[in-house]
This record gives sequence, structure tokens and C-alpha cells, in this order.
Amino acid sequence: MVAQQVWIGAAAGFAGDRPDSSGPLIEALARHDGPRFLIFETLAERTLALAQLDRLADPARGEVPALKRLLWPALAPCAAAGIKIIGNFGGANPFGAAAKIQAWATELGCADLKIAIVSGDDMRDTFAPADFARMEIDGALLSSEPAIISANAYLGADAIAEALDRGADVVVTGRVADPALVLGPLKYSFGWADDDWDRLAAGILAGHLLECGSQVTGGYFADPGVKDVPGMDVLGYPIAEVDPDGVFTITKPAGTGGLVDRRTVTEQILYEIHDPAAYLTPDAILDLTQVELTEVGSDRIRVTGASGRARPETLKATVCFDGGLLAEAEISYAGPNAKSRAALAIETVTKRLAFLHPSLHVRADVIGIVSVFGDTSGSLLSAGIPGVRDGDLRVRFAAETADRAAAECLLDEVEALYCAGPAGGGGVRKRLTPRLRSASCLVDRKRVTPQISLLETA
Amino acid sequence: MTRAVSLYELAHARSGDKGNRLNIAVVCREPRFFEPLRERLTETFVARVFRERRPTAVKRYELPKLHAFNFVLDDVLDGGVNGSLGLDGHGKTLSFLLLSAEIEMPAGLLSLAEEPAPELMSGGSR
Repeated sequence: MVAQQVWIGAAAGFAGDRPDSSGPLIEALARHDGPRFLIFETLAERTLALAQLDRLADPARGEVPALKRLLWPALAPCAAAGIKIIGNFGGANPFGAAAKIQAWATELGCADLKIAIVSGDDMRDTFAPADFARMEIDGALLSSEPAIISANAYLGADAIAEALDRGADVVVTGRVADPALVLGPLKYSFGWADDDWDRLAAGILAGHLLECGSQVTGGYFADPGVKDVPGMDVLGYPIAEVDPDGVFTITKPAGTGGLVDRRTVTEQILYEIHDPAAYLTPDAILDLTQVELTEVGSDRIRVTGASGRARPETLKATVCFDGGLLAEAEISYAGPNAKSRAALAIETVTKRLAFLHPSLHVRADVIGIVSVFGDTSGSLLSAGIPGVRDGDLRVRFAAETADRAAAECLLDEVEALYCAGPAGGGGVRKRLTPRLRSASCLVDRKRVTPQISLLETA
Repeated sequence: MTRAVSLYELAHARSGDKGNRLNIAVVCREPRFFEPLRERLTETFVARVFRERRPTAVKRYELPKLHAFNFVLDDVLDGGVNGSLGLDGHGKTLSFLLLSAEIEMPAGLLSLAEEPAPELMSGGSR
């Protein structure tokens, strides 16, 4: 039994995260005389489907597009400091990603890094479309058997732990449960048993707090004058210092911006949680209702009280399918009587689309008066646009359709407001985006087999 | 005697999404706000704040050790990030919709609180 603490840093909470976050983390982790890891969480639901589309276009692609941007600056410093890297940046092509990482490692002078691949999450070949429809939870999006682009089960921590056990310095995964990126190295380092539910749950909680990167260290938190956060431009990303019994402290590298206190940690504990007594993961069910937070120093919160129950017999899977096109177009009205001109623009476009493409539902927002708080039924706007008469307003139109002609028609009609719309309309922007829809399924874990592969060193 | 204040004066909040389901963690600014908010910040209250979005279910979970509540609202995201026509399909801004709701609180409890900025107070004494 290893008695040392394990330190784990999180350099990315999503694919669009800052590439310079890893520098201070690596410096801090390097000072720890014990097992140390750096994780990258980069795989939101649609990120994987987009990666799958990339791979269909070119079999060498399909990794998370941010892979090079995030990993390049971290690779050589981690190799020098003996920090192992775990990331789900493999996306739809973990083998392709691993090959790229190996090439970069060679270029950066650390060619002897051992790279492992965790695969087996891709379910497209093992299940028929009708199977997915049967396994869907919370809806019936798959009942019409749409064209499935990606279908991936959330794998657990075991395969990551085994990859590390086989000597991996970098573990590249596709879809795994986000907390497994942290639980994997903890299981490997501490040798926690597969049914040590309380410790596994503690590791899952540590992973849950780290998986969104800076959201636990002052990101997604600042509200000037109420919840002030210093140094937002140089936010420190989180480190969990984990004891062998699963108790851990959340902190961040010295000299960085941001904040770790009871408030930042409490907000993140409940982030994307439903029942706090039953957070389902592939490795255990986490109960965080008895969790307690103690400030044990500046920017240091000790987390205790996580408990666990036996893991579920099913795994969650996300299925992405073609969702048609999203058409968006905007135009601005400002100054005296701007609100009425904005309202007239909405009325004009809505009336035109009603006879040009009667089946197209068009959403309208007036940014500056009601947009993100409104909903697609438009009940807030149809009650009359609230707010002041003058302003600096932006009208936004949006519609979703599989009919490209209808989508383009909306964009053209908004552009036509330049000449044929209310006075002083300016700044039209138009965008047509392919849409991906997603559905969640529950799959028998016996039908999903994680695989571990070690890349042969060149 | 009670006084109407915005929830923003009493708590901070963070929203998260899973598909078409929104969760909002509401964290009391002071531990002593927990009990009075437990009585007043009910599922019915939150459903009323979000009535335009027609939630099919609103569930509240209590976390007394964290002085927090977790609200889960079903089917309020216009289909979620991959389906919504809105600018914020995640519902990330919606924590502030809940925080902007006014809530009647015991005046005595509030007078013990740090002086809130007067312009943020609304309703006045009742």
C-alpha cells in the first residue's frame, strides 16, 4: 500500500479551454514528491459527434481538434517532470490521436514517452439503430431511426488504471465518464478495490470537481462587487491533493489568479448534478449529501464525507444523429424608437416567411431587451416587447430545418431588411450551421468491452 | 413583518444542463438564510419563476451541510444545447433568472444581514 499523497491537476475543462493553463500546474505538480498526473477533459456531447464527422471525411482525423493546441505546450515539461497525462482528447479516433502525440513527442525530444490507448466506447458496430431506440431514456428521439453519426458508451476508470499499470506515460481515451480521468490514476496509485465504494466515490467527487477545470477555482463564478475573483486573465487551474483514504484538498498553483473557497467549491459540487444522493457513474454511485468543506488555508478547501454505493449494471451512452440545419441571422437598430423598429423588423420577416415557407418556425430575439431569458415559444416577446423605447438593440432570427432552401430563405429575408425593412437597420450577420442532435441511452455493461493498447515506440 | 428582496441578495447560483434538463445550484450567502429559504424557495415557487418555459417537473434537493439547494427542472431548455433555437441552449444564464425572483423574507432576518446596496433592494418594507 502506497501511503503517499497523489496530486492531480486539471488543465482543461472543455475543448475550448486556455492552452496556457498547464504551465503553472506542471510547475506545481513537479514539486510534489509522489505520484502526479495532469488531466485534460475535452469531450462535450457534441464534440465527439463533430470529431466523428471529421473522421468520416478523413480517417486520419477524428481526434479532438484542440489536441495540439492544448497538449503541445504540456508534453515536454510533463515528460521532464515525470507527470503522467490522461485525456479524453482521442475523441472519435484515439489511435489517430496517439500517433500524432507520438510524432510530436519525437519532435519535442521526448520520443520515449509510452502512449496508451483506451478504446471500446464506440458502439456503432455492435448495435443496430433499433437497439439504440430501445435503450433510449428520457425521450423518443431515436424512435424514427435517424441517421446515427456517433454512439459512445461512457467507460469507467478501470481501463485507465490498467493502462497506467502497464507503464503508460500518456493515456489517450475516447468517451469515458469525465470523473474517471481522475479516478483512474487514483485506483492505479492507491490500489483501491473495485468494491471499495466509499473511496471510489471520494475519487469520483475529486474528479467531478476537477473535470471542468477552472470552474472550481473562480471561473464561471465572478460577479463584480458580490463575488470578486482576482486575476481572471491568469486563472489558476485546479489541483487535487488526495490522501490514500480518499480525503482530498482542492487548491491551485501559487502565484496564479482565481480563487478556491467554500463558495467556488460548493457551486461546482452541484454543477450538472441531479439527485445529490445518487450521482451515477460507471464506477460507483456517489452520495454527496454528507460532504463537508473546510478551509484549511488560503485557496485550500478540504473535502470530506463522500460516500458510495455499488456501481450500476448499465452504462450511459450518447447517440448523436443528423439534426438538419440551424439558420441564424441578426440585424441592429439603435437610437430613438429603436424598440418599435426592431418589432417592425420581426413582424416583417415573420409575415414574409409565413407565405414563403409556412412550415418554418422562426424564433425572434431582441438582444438587449429579451433574448436568453426568453424561450422559443416566444411568449415573452409576443406579449409585446418590454423595456425602453430607445436603445442599442440587435434582432436575432433563428430556425431549424432539414430544408436548405427554407433555411437560406430566412437568411436572405433578414438581409433584405437592409433595403426593404425599417429605418436604420444595420450590421446584418448570417450563419448556417449543420446541427447534431443527441439522445441518451442505457446499455448493459456486459455488452461494452474496454480495450487497452500500447503504442509501439518508434 | 416581511420584506420582499431579490433572491440575488440572499444566495448565489450556478446552472448546468443535461440534455433538455436544467439544474440550478442555489447557495445561501449566509448559513442562517438556509431555513427561511427552505420554507419559501419551494418547488412551486421555482416553477412559477420558470412558468414561461413550462417545466414538466421541478424537483428540489436539500443540502443543509453546504447551505444549498439543488433544483432540477425538466424540459425547460427548448430541447437543450443541440436542439434549442435560443442563443443559450445550455441555460447557463438561467441561474440569474432565478436569482432575479423576489421573495418575501422576515424583515428581522434581513436587518441582521450586511447592508445590501439600496438600489438592489426592491419592494421596501411591507
